[in-house]
Amino acid sequence: MRRPPLLVLFAMLFLAFVAFVAIAGNVFSPYAHTDQNLLARLKPPSFLGGDPRYLLGTDRLGRDMVARLVYGLRMSVMVAVMGTVLGATVGIALGFVAAHFRGFVEETIMAVVDFQASLPFILIALTLLAFFGNSMTLFIILMGLQGWENYARLTRGVVLSAASQPYAQAVRALGSSPLRLYWKHILPNVASALIVQLTLNFPQIVLIETALSFLGLGIQPPMTSLGQILGDGRDYLSNAWWIAVWPGTIIFLTTLSMSIVGDALRDYLDPTLKRQRV
Amino acid sequence: MTAEPVLSIRNLSVSLPPGSDRPHAVKNVSFDLQQGEILCVVGESGSGKSVTAQAIMGLLPGNLRTDEGAILFGGNDILKASGSERRDITGRQIAMIFQEPTAALNPVFRVGDLVAETFRIHTNLGASEIRQKVLDLFREVRLPEPEQIYNNYPHQLSGGQCQRVMIATALALQPKVLIADEPTTALDVTTQAQILKLLLDLRREHGTSIIFITHDFGVVAEVADRVAVMRYGEVMEIGTHTQVLQNPQNDYTKRLIAAVPKLAAGAPRDITGSLVLEATNIRKTFKSGGNWFQRGRSVHAVNDVSVTLRRGETLGLVGESGSGKSTLAQCIIRLIDPNSGEINIEGVRFSDLGKAALRKARAKIQIVFQDPYSALDPRQKIGEAIAEGPVIHGMKESEARARARSLLADVGLDPEAFDRYPHEFSGGQRQRICIARALALDPLLLIADEAVSALDVSIQAQILELLARLQKERAFAMLFITHDLRVASEICDRIAVMRHGKIVEEAVPADLLLHPQQDYTRELLAAVPGAHHRPQA
Repeated sequence: MRRPPLLVLFAMLFLAFVAFVAIAGNVFSPYAHTDQNLLARLKPPSFLGGDPRYLLGTDRLGRDMVARLVYGLRMSVMVAVMGTVLGATVGIALGFVAAHFRGFVEETIMAVVDFQASLPFILIALTLLAFFGNSMTLFIILMGLQGWENYARLTRGVVLSAASQPYAQAVRALGSSPLRLYWKHILPNVASALIVQLTLNFPQIVLIETALSFLGLGIQPPMTSLGQILGDGRDYLSNAWWIAVWPGTIIFLTTLSMSIVGDALRDYLDPTLKRQRV
Repeated sequence: MTAEPVLSIRNLSVSLPPGSDRPHAVKNVSFDLQQGEILCVVGESGSGKSVTAQAIMGLLPGNLRTDEGAILFGGNDILKASGSERRDITGRQIAMIFQEPTAALNPVFRVGDLVAETFRIHTNLGASEIRQKVLDLFREVRLPEPEQIYNNYPHQLSGGQCQRVMIATALALQPKVLIADEPTTALDVTTQAQILKLLLDLRREHGTSIIFITHDFGVVAEVADRVAVMRYGEVMEIGTHTQVLQNPQNDYTKRLIAAVPKLAAGAPRDITGSLVLEATNIRKTFKSGGNWFQRGRSVHAVNDVSVTLRRGETLGLVGESGSGKSTLAQCIIRLIDPNSGEINIEGVRFSDLGKAALRKARAKIQIVFQDPYSALDPRQKIGEAIAEGPVIHGMKESEARARARSLLADVGLDPEAFDRYPHEFSGGQRQRICIARALALDPLLLIADEAVSALDVSIQAQILELLARLQKERAFAMLFITHDLRVASEICDRIAVMRHGKIVEEAVPADLLLHPQQDYTRELLAAVPGAHHRPQA
């Protein structure tokens, strides 16, 4: 098999790094993300002449940026992963249900899909958060709501077209139950489309989490996330740019890498392309 | 013929990109085309016949290039001509028509405007003159009501009418050479016969030289003056109609001609098996096009049809596209449910079974589809695909795998191929896999829905042989659906001719061929390509 292109390799390495930091990031800094040092407020990164104890500088309360970024990254990734899994599961399941039953069930599901698609999600999120107050569970469910309608619509379409293929008919003619047909034949064949949707959706969730936290409606202190740190840094852009730049860079690189890897993954998972790659 | 040829191909070679299964798509091909001559280039898929045509037209796909040879048109090598000179020649002097007429016409334009475009690009005529020219052309290609067709969109025309529009476009600038790449392959036989007649008329009236690319020796027999047989990119044999068809010299040509199904009844068999299928008064109506404001159209796809089949018997279901033959098959196997009618499989009322009982009973009746490329799950190993039926019906996994391996051997494939994926096989091999999958359940009835139509003739002959052998060994009844009377006549015990959702005539092949009772059957028989020129191979 051929080596993946350099860009994909870099993206994979970066995602591995992100995963490692999210899981075992405590080793990078001796401080907790809440440890304050009011004597070392707004210090620039150590390599730019700051305090040698703080590699990436400190924020307005003298908290270590490394510790905060690690914690924030962990929180952002966790929320995004859970949100993506939730949204994908619900959306794909409803897509299959719609494609299988057709008729009234399909129309109802698709009406809800259209309903959500016709409202800006940030509006829905703001309304719900304002109504029910902020809790971690609600926030994650909200992240799952972001994008489920895309999965549902996409799944319905690809399942309908796959189910009309002769191979699906042949499997039905063998006497297979619908569940077996969907699980063993249709799902593997439509998976590549869904994976691409997944890799588009994941960065979206990271971004919406960032946006809500930036507005102060997402992850609440003392917990923190990349978006919250970014929001904190907004007030200090002129004299302490590092507070906003580090989380911003990480968000950008993570979402970009995810998209690149997702694209490569789709090519890799397609057996009809295997021959060309040999 | 001693006159200067219109078009002359000299030692043309087109190389394939590195890593392909052979170095050249076309290798050292030479032939001449005389004024007013029809040269048939015949070969199986992958023989390089279309690439030759594309090379002449300058339409080679980006990864192919002509690396040797010359294409002389009017004494000049068009391969050496500049881009604009070449476009001028291939636009005005050499025109081409394609296999899929409906795909070659842009669906958002009226067909009249599509033809008019050629005049707008290449001439300075005014709008009304162009319109008149287009209408003349439509009359010339025998399109009914040219005025009305001018304003129709492609989807409103039949396949044959679309191909006539394509021919009109190709003839617009009165080219010296017309290249027709499988122009009738996608059409019904009766339509095919009309298009072939049209091409012969055009050649007679205008003296157009035609390169006719086809895989069908029947069509060759109908239209060719001279025949070039291609294989693996090389011309195996070239000669006059009589030389090649009556007295082929090359072994490959001989084999190919022998593989062409003949319109002749096979030896009658004594069918005494028990009754397997009894389908009575099947009806299926499709509704289409309805919305809130207007009632939809109802199409009686299958209209009160009854068929029976005995063990070991083959019933041929012959008809043109839209005759309802595939719908009938889908009703019998209950992939779609008929509106009314009764289906009995060995005395069991198959048509009344509930969901669970139906799934169980499906083991008794299996189907093989036309397109072996889409009939196999691309993500499933072929062995697993064959074993799947028995597993669904409760066989142990290990036992089912063993059965799949022995079936692979039965259908002439290596049992070691168990773990390979469908895309690693050729069309004929895939069809063998599909047959193995269908037979893994030991069905009483096998439906072959155009199962050999997408295959090359030599492969077609092998698959037909395979089906006949397996039927002898396993004594299943077979419902053989085809549009090709030649194929049906060779292997069927009875043939039912379908039209507009009804069976118009049913008889044993010998009677049907020699004493057809219905006009439509006679029409079909007359349209069979090559029916009048039986090669004596």
